[in-house]
This record gives sequence, C-alpha cells and structure tokens, in this order.
Amino acid sequence: MKSAVKQEVHGLNGDEAVALAVKQADVDVVAAYPITPQTIIVEKFSEYVASGEVNTEYVCTESEHSAMAACLAASAVGARTFTATASAGMALMHEMLFVTSGCRAPVVMAVANRALSAPLNIHGDHSDSMAERDSGWIQMYAENAQEVYDSMLQAFRIAEHLDVQLPVMVGLDGFTLSHTLENVQVMLDDVVSRFVGTRQLPNVVTHEGKTVPYKLDPANPMTMGPVALQNYYFEFKRQQEEAMQNALRIIQQIHDEYAELTGRRYGDGLLEQYQLDDAEIAIVCAGSTAGTVKTVIDDLRAGGIKAGLLRIRTFRPFPAIQIAKSLEKAKAVAVMDKSISFGGNGGALFHETRHALYDAHTRPYMVNYVYGLGGRDVSPSQIRGIYEDLRKIMQTKHVDELVKYVGLRE
Amino acid sequence: MSFAEGKFTAKDIAEKPELFLSGHRACAGCAAPTVLRLVMKATRGPTIVTNATGCMEVSSTIYPYTSWATPWLHTAFETAGSNASGIEAALKILRKKGRIKDEQVDVIAFAGDGGTYDIGIQALSGAVERGHDFLYVLYDNEAYMNTGIQRSGGTPLGASTTTSQAGSVVPGKTERKKPIADIMVAHEMPYVATAAPYYWKDLIQKARKGIEVNGPAFLHVYAPCPRGWRSDTSKSIELSRLAVETCIFPLWEAVNGEFQLSIPSKVIALAPQKKKPVKGYLQTQGRFRHLFTPKNEKILDEIQKQTDRSWNKLLKKCGMTPPAKTAA
Repeated sequence: MKSAVKQEVHGLNGDEAVALAVKQADVDVVAAYPITPQTIIVEKFSEYVASGEVNTEYVCTESEHSAMAACLAASAVGARTFTATASAGMALMHEMLFVTSGCRAPVVMAVANRALSAPLNIHGDHSDSMAERDSGWIQMYAENAQEVYDSMLQAFRIAEHLDVQLPVMVGLDGFTLSHTLENVQVMLDDVVSRFVGTRQLPNVVTHEGKTVPYKLDPANPMTMGPVALQNYYFEFKRQQEEAMQNALRIIQQIHDEYAELTGRRYGDGLLEQYQLDDAEIAIVCAGSTAGTVKTVIDDLRAGGIKAGLLRIRTFRPFPAIQIAKSLEKAKAVAVMDKSISFGGNGGALFHETRHALYDAHTRPYMVNYVYGLGGRDVSPSQIRGIYEDLRKIMQTKHVDELVKYVGLRE
Repeated sequence: MSFAEGKFTAKDIAEKPELFLSGHRACAGCAAPTVLRLVMKATRGPTIVTNATGCMEVSSTIYPYTSWATPWLHTAFETAGSNASGIEAALKILRKKGRIKDEQVDVIAFAGDGGTYDIGIQALSGAVERGHDFLYVLYDNEAYMNTGIQRSGGTPLGASTTTSQAGSVVPGKTERKKPIADIMVAHEMPYVATAAPYYWKDLIQKARKGIEVNGPAFLHVYAPCPRGWRSDTSKSIELSRLAVETCIFPLWEAVNGEFQLSIPSKVIALAPQKKKPVKGYLQTQGRFRHLFTPKNEKILDEIQKQTDRSWNKLLKKCGMTPPAKTAA
C-alpha cells in the first residue's frame, strides 16, 4: 500500500513514539506519574512542555491513582486526556479504571507492559494489563514502535467515537518496545490534526428536555458519577457492553481510514494474520513476540512447513468471531500467553481463544504456552520448538499437556 | 455587597439562587447539607463541584435524582483532590484554547473526614502542592457515618464508634483527632480556615475567601451527626456552637500561613472566663456517655487537657498570650 501523505522517518523508541503521538494529537490534559519502563514517555512530554511545543496542561500527580482520577475529571469537563503507566502503577489505578470506563470517559493510556510484584521485576510481560481485562477498557497490543505510534493516534479516535465513548489502553512491551530504537514513519503535524480532530462530545437530554453536550458545563448543570442502585446500575453496565461491541466495528473503520492515509495496515485492526490462510499449525500471541514468530514462520515455510500466526492486536473487545474464522483451517494451535492466571489453567489469551473456537465447525487441537514472565527472553529456537510440538500434536491427534512453560528452569 | 469582606445580609443570601437543592436524603438533623448549602451560597459565579464518596454524595445523587443545580462529579472515595486537579487543569487549557467561554469557573471539592483525614489525604496533599486553584471543603462529622459510624482519623479521643467501641476494657477511641487543618497550613497554602454552621455568616465569608484566593484553599467545617454522635436531631447547629465555645473546635483563619482567630473564638481569647468546660459539650452526645463513669473520668480530664493545650498553642500562633492558668 502507498502512503497518501508525506511521512518522515524518525529514530524513536516505543516510549518516544507514544510521546510524539500525544504531542501531535494536541491532547488537552496529560496527568501522569513516572514508572519504569514508561518514564521516557513522561520525560519526553515534559521536554515538549518545557520547550513550548505543546498546548497541554501537564499535571504531574503524586500517584497513578490520582493520575487516572485527574484524567477522568478533565475528560468530564470535555478535555482530551492522556496518561501512561505500567505494572504497579496500573495496579494502583485498578479502582479508577473501572470508574473511568463506567463514566464513559474516553481517556487514552499507554501501558509499557511490565511484570507485577512480587518479586519485584521491572521487565516486560503482560501481567499488568491482562489483570485489568474486565475493567471496561479497550485494549490493544502493539508489535513494534511503528505500530505504537499508529495505534496511539487511532486510540484517540476510537475512544472519542460517539458510538464508543470508552477509554483505550495501548500496550507496548516493556523495554522490548519501550526502550528499543526503531525507524518510525511519522506523519506531519497538520495531517495528524486533521485525522484526530478536536474531541467531539455526545449529546444528552437534560431533565428540562434540552439537548446539550455531555460535559461538566455551568450553562447546563449535569450530575456525573451518581449513585445508581439495584433499579438502574445494571442498565449502565449493559450499555458499556454495547459500546464495547460497537468498538469492534469502529476500530476496523478507523484502522481502514488510517491505512488509506499512511499505507500501513495491521490486519483488519483487530487481528493480524501472517501466513495463516493455509496454515496447519498456528501460533496465537499478542505484542512484540509476533515479530520473532514471523521470522520463524519464514524459515519453516522455506522448509515446506505450513506454519502461520494470528496476532491479537485488539484484546478488548475480544474479536471472538473473527478469531474462529481466522483459525478455521488450522489443525493445531498454540496460544502464547505472556501472563498467567493462577489456578486458571494457563493464561487469559488461551482461555478466550479456546472459548472463541468452541462453536467452530471443526475445532483444532489447542495448547497453551506461558512464556516470558518477568521479561525472560523468548528465542526463535523456542518458537520453533512450539511449532514442532504442534506438528507432533497434529500427527498424534493428542495433547499431552494443556499448559506448558517456555524457557523455564525446572 | 462583598462576600469576602462579610458585607452581606441574610436577605442577600436568601435571594441568591440555591445550588444545593432540597429533596436530598440526608438523615434528620444532619448538619452536612446545611454546610453544603451555605458554601454554595458563597459562590461568585459558574462553579463545578466534585464530591468524594460519602454521606453527602450518596444522599444527594441517587439516580435518576440529584440535588445539584451546578455541574457535579463524583468518581471515588479518595479522589476529591485529584478530581479537582483534573477539572481545574481542563478548565484552564480549554479556556486558553477558546473552547470554554466562561471567564472564570470556580472549583469546589467536598469530602467528609474519612475522605480527607484518611483515604484522600494523599490526593489532597498532592493537589495543594501542585497549586491548583480550588476550594476544598471538609465536612467533618468525625467518623465514617455513611457506612455506619466507624472511627476515622478525625474521630476524637474517647468517642465510641462501631470500630472503636466502648467496652469493659477499651473506653472508645484511644487516639486523638488528627490536626488536619494544621497539616494543611504546613503545606504553605494561601488559605486555610475552620468554620461551624452556627456561625453561618463566618462560614459563608470564609468559603468565599477560599473561592477568591488564587491557588488552593482548605475549609474545615464542623458537621454534627445525630446518628453517629447519638445526639438530639434538633441540636446539631447548637452543638457546632458549643464545640466552638468549649474550644474543642476553635474558629480561625491562616492567610498565607498567618494565623488569626475568628471573632467567636477571639471573644473567648480576650475573656477566658467565657471558655466553657468540655464536659458540657461531651454530655450532649451518647458517643461519650461511657466517659461519665468513675472508671473513665480520667479520660474526661485528658480531653480537657488536650483541648486546653491545643487552644493555647493556637493562641500563640495567633500572636496572643495564653492565660497563665487555663479556665476549666
């Protein structure tokens, strides 16, 4: 695909790509608290503030809990808001994540995915955001710094879309993406401005029958975040779920629009398939590991092995139907989880992918590989090993062990 | 009329539109709605309110009803300070970008003692350190009343609550009340004051000063709670007066860290014989009933001593000389 607009190549790591996207999206309020490996984002943004390159209120809060509360409140006034976090910071936000999605505040957040304590570990895995999968946030995981930049810009459009109005988090693997310098194609500021636009507010009808924008506005007083008891709470939650389902469509739509502009595409925006059409054995994963898997697939394909990859770009809303469709021809599937659901037989990605396939006409054999916890490296030879296991499963029509661990000292 | 200078009458107040409306579901005799109503009478123009989880939040906004005739936001228990930060930051930048027309929109945060002394102190401290322009109003009913009278950092010594119960061994709360307003003064913020609803004019005036001052302001308001204090529902406003007259809750202001007594307390400072003994105040409330037994008399003495000590310290901070011998 060709780019319809002029782009420049910048050498950026994932964190810098986030900061640049936030700058170009003309965010009104950034409220954040530093945590490794997200720190470069807040430092870089501080640099923009110091040099007058952004027109943004930058609030350096005293905790992530307050960062999310401040973003939510600013969003309620009508501001476009952004924050960034990782690991313990996201765990501290836990309460506010639910309040933010419940208030339908389209806050955008970058998550430099990192392991959760204890033991303390600063390196990359998906424990932090996977633990928040039921928080009502849209979740996207990027494969490289380019996709980080692209996803961030799309995130504002998705979150603020009138059919969605939900917060979005974009995950970038700690250090692997956050700190690794890559060539990133960047659009010019005015092109980004046109793409992202100014935040639009949904209209609501007041008790007086007036149609007004949904925000804290003295001209049209509105009570936000009230108590809703047994007689109303449930309807609020059902509406959130509807917005999530709408997001499946909107994510694809905005992804298409972005692809027209830049020439860059990540599958349909929900899922990316690599050599999957005729694949007999397939890996399902999210994040930067997909890059390694693709390299291995190229090698295997050269040897005549029909290996493929399904990368989950959008984890919430979970594109279950699209996943089932993508894997309909696969005979054996390995789901790689960079987090673990203790006592739950494997990781979340496995559970949900397997669930998506339950109603499939022909179900593949499935196996789960938990890997990379605490930033442990996963090598091409280990990925090759997974494909070998899948071939064996396909031949023997038997899964020995449902949940396996990659590169573990046992 | 100038509200900040106290140049206003009851008629002026009555003629101002109500921003906190009747029909809320607070308990009979609760002083907190009176506090909210008085503070909202002090507004100078468009105002956005944020409210921590607590009595006033749950009793004023049960969906689909609301008592608020001004924009109002609640998010969580510990977020009054951080919400005010976000609202103020958004107002500032949206005005700069021309997306908000109002010249000035004020921000008021309301929180109870649980949301202020305990779970919300970090967010409050952070917001004040960052210098956001807002008024924080603590309505202090001295325990977690919303959840059923559990002790907080604002519960006074000796009070029986459901988590600091008076029993045969333990005589109610064994710790003293945290000096929250002093903690706020230590932030070197521009305006800190205490107020009681009996002195309604003083309260409105202070709220208005807090609104008008540039930067953060903190107003600590005494809010008797008949349910939690086991007091007569018709006596709440009177109790707030008695708390001032016993110097349990003196009224003062600290403008840029400079303390000065407000008139009701200044009167006592100048005529120490007017200072009433704490016993008369404690007797009005069932939460202190167990102290009026021979076994617990020493706690009554201790409360008097602590009250005197704090009062004398306050007098010194206000540049006044404490009496040689405290009247008790």
